[in-house]
Amino acid sequence: MVKTRTPGAANRSCGPSPPSSWGHRTLAVRYTGRTGYPEALELQAALVEQRRNGEIPDTLLLLEHPHVVTLGSAGGRGHLRDSPGELAARGIGVYEAGRGGDVTYHGPGQLVGYPILDLKPDRRDLHAYLRSLEKVLIGALRTFGIDGQRDASATGVWAGGAKVAAIGIRVSSGWITSHGFALNVSTDLSYFDTIVPCGLHGCQVTSVSRFLGREIALDAVAPALVRAMAEEFGYGSVDDSSPSSGANSK
Amino acid sequence: MSQIEVPMPQMGESIAEGTVSKWLKEVGDVVQRDEPILEISTDKVDAEIPSPSAGALVEILVAEGETVEVGTIVAYIDPNGAAADKADPAPPAHSEPTADTPPPIASASQVAPAEPVAPSPARAVTAPPPASEDPGAEEAMCTATSEERLRTRSTPVVRRIAAEAGVDISQVPGTGYQGRVTKQDILSFIESGQAAAVPAPAPPPQPERAPTPAAPTPAAPPAPAPVVPRPPRAPAPRPSAPAADELWLRFQREVDHAAFPVREEDRVETMDKVRRLTAEHMILAKRIHAHVHSIIEIDFTAVDRIRRQNKARWARRGARVSYTAFVAWACSRILRDFPTVNGVISGNNVIYRGAVNLGMAVDLNPGLIVPVIHDADDLSLVGMAKKIIDLATRAKDRQLSPGEIQGATFTITNPGVLGTMVGMPIIPKGTSAILGTGSIEKRVVVLTDSDTGDDSMAIRKRSYFSLGYDHRLVDGADSARFLSALRELLEDFPEDA
Repeated sequence: MVKTRTPGAANRSCGPSPPSSWGHRTLAVRYTGRTGYPEALELQAALVEQRRNGEIPDTLLLLEHPHVVTLGSAGGRGHLRDSPGELAARGIGVYEAGRGGDVTYHGPGQLVGYPILDLKPDRRDLHAYLRSLEKVLIGALRTFGIDGQRDASATGVWAGGAKVAAIGIRVSSGWITSHGFALNVSTDLSYFDTIVPCGLHGCQVTSVSRFLGREIALDAVAPALVRAMAEEFGYGSVDDSSPSSGANSK
Repeated sequence: MSQIEVPMPQMGESIAEGTVSKWLKEVGDVVQRDEPILEISTDKVDAEIPSPSAGALVEILVAEGETVEVGTIVAYIDPNGAAADKADPAPPAHSEPTADTPPPIASASQVAPAEPVAPSPARAVTAPPPASEDPGAEEAMCTATSEERLRTRSTPVVRRIAAEAGVDISQVPGTGYQGRVTKQDILSFIESGQAAAVPAPAPPPQPERAPTPAAPTPAAPPAPAPVVPRPPRAPAPRPSAPAADELWLRFQREVDHAAFPVREEDRVETMDKVRRLTAEHMILAKRIHAHVHSIIEIDFTAVDRIRRQNKARWARRGARVSYTAFVAWACSRILRDFPTVNGVISGNNVIYRGAVNLGMAVDLNPGLIVPVIHDADDLSLVGMAKKIIDLATRAKDRQLSPGEIQGATFTITNPGVLGTMVGMPIIPKGTSAILGTGSIEKRVVVLTDSDTGDDSMAIRKRSYFSLGYDHRLVDGADSARFLSALRELLEDFPEDA
C-alpha cells in the first residue's frame, strides 16, 4: 500500500504504515544461469502455480538468456528490423512472451529478473509494481555509481539518456506476477539493432559496462539487485540459496 | 435467472483502461470461479482475468484488440449455466446471484437501475478484482507529485498525444474513471481549439456520453450485441493531427491479416512465427514504398564468353564466378552514379548512402535471408564471386554475423535461378530499389550489322531484368537510365573486371 512512485525517502512517509508482518517476509532467490527462453517460461509457469498455492514464498528468478527476441502483447512485430529468417540465421530465436510491453532482446551479459510475487495482500497496483521494479533497478545501479533515471512517459530505466533496463510483466489469476526486468550489464548492444527497442524510435540502449567504460560481470550485479529488491519490497530475510553459483554461467 | 457482469477490473490506481488481448474462453464455455477467462494488457502489463463466478460464459461484449475503460462490462457469466449443462436442470430457486462473487470495488461500478430498461433478465452487478479476496478498501492517497499526478491522470497514449499537441494534461478535464483524462478527452480538447489557449479556465466541452464508463447507458441494450457500443464520438470538423499521426504510424508498423471462412476438407494451421513475421514485413514494405517495376532485356553473350574463357584460370584461384557475380559487380560499379537508387526516403529527408552495400537474397528453403556485401564497389569480379559464395554458404549454415545481414543499400534477388522468366520483387524496407534477375536462356534475336546495316537472326543468351523502385524517390527515367547503364556494362563487360 505504500506508494513508491517517486524517488526519495520523503515519499515513504505517506500512506499507511507497512504491516508489521513485512519484516518477516522472505524472498527466495533462484539462480538458473544460462536458461533457454521456453524453459524459463515453463519454470515461471510452475513457480506461479506454486506461489498461488502458497507452496513457495515470493521468489526472484535470476538468469541469463541466450540470444532471443521476444514479443510482448503490445504487438510490435513491426519493430523487428530483420526478418525472422535473418534472425534465425544468426541463431536468434523469436518468441511470444506473454508479457506486457513491446519487442525486446535478451542475450548473454544481460541480467534477467523474473519476480514471482503474490501482490494480493497489499500490493494490488500493477503500475505501482512497475514503479517499484524501476526503483529496484535504480537502487542496484546506484551501487555502481550510476544515476538511473525514469521517464515519466515510459516504463524502464535509463542511464545517461539511453535505456539500460527494460520492464514487462504479467499478472496471473490471483495477483501472482511473472516476467519482470532485463538489465544490460555487459550485453553486446549491437544485437539491439535487430529491433526497435521498446517500440520507441530513436531509443538508445546502453549497458552498465558501456556506461562505466569497464567490464562488469553479471554476478557482481546480482547481489546489489537482490539487496535493492529486499529493500524496496520490504523483505525481512532473503533466502539466497546459491549465491556463489551466480547468474553468470558464461 | 441472473447474469454476472465481468467488468474491466481495476488493476491499479493509475490504470484507467485496458485492452482485451485474448479471450481464453468462448461463449458457451463453462467456467469455474477464479478460472482465467480472458487476458488484458495495458502498457507493459499483461494480466489474466479470472471469472467472478462459476457458470457459463453467455456473452462477450468486447472483442480482442479493443481498449475499454476500467469498469466497462466485457462479458456476462450465467451462474446457472453450468447447472443447465448437467443432468439436473433445476436451478436452486433461492439462489442469490451475487452471493458467491466478491464484493464490488468501491466506485468501480454502479448498480443497475431497479427497473430494467428492456424486457431482459436483470443482471447482477459485480466488479471482481483479479483475485477472489476482498480488495484493500483503504486506498490511501498520497500527496501527489507532479510526475505522479501525470501518471495517475492519464495513460501513455494520452500523454503522447498531449506532448505532440503541446497540451498540458492538467488543463484537460477528465471524464474517465475518477476524473482521468481519456484519449477521447484529450482529442476533444485539442479539436475544440482550447489547446491553443493554454491558460483557458473555461469548462471543457462535454462530449455526448455517459458520465462514467460503468454507468449503464440506455444505449446499451441487453440484447446479445457482439461488441459493446463505443461512446458516440462527434465527427471531427477536420482531421486532428495527433490522431492522423497515430493512424499513419500504425499503417507503417502494424499488420492485421484478414480472416476467411474455412471450407470442408480444408486444413487450417496457425502460421509459424517465421511465416507470420515474413508476411508482416512484406506487407509493411509494400505499404511504405510506391512500387513501380521496369523491365529490360540484357544480352549475356559477352559475359558468357568471358566466363568460358576464364573458367579454368578462376578455378585455379578457387573461384567459381556465377552470372550473379557479374551482375552484382556491374551493379556495384554503377550504383554511385545513381544516388537515388542507392538512397532512401527517411521522414522528410532523403538519405543518400555513402557506401554501396549489396543485399543478396538467398533461398534457405524454407525461408529467406539477405546477406549483405559491404563496400561491394571495392571488390574485383573474382572477389565478388568469392564473397557471394562465402555468404550464401554461411547463410545456409546459419553462420552469419549480425553485421553481415544489415545495412543493405540495394538488393539483388534471383528468381531466374529456378527458371522464372522475370519477377516483380518487393523493395526491402530501408532501401529504394531491388533488382530481379530472370532466367538466362537462348533466344532468337534480330541483330543489325553496325557496318552494313543488314539485319540477321541469331541465337543469343538473354535475360529479362526487372528493377523494383520506390517512385517516391526514384523517377521512371532514373530507373531507365540505371537499367540501360547496367545493360551497357554487362553487354560490353570489361576484360579486366
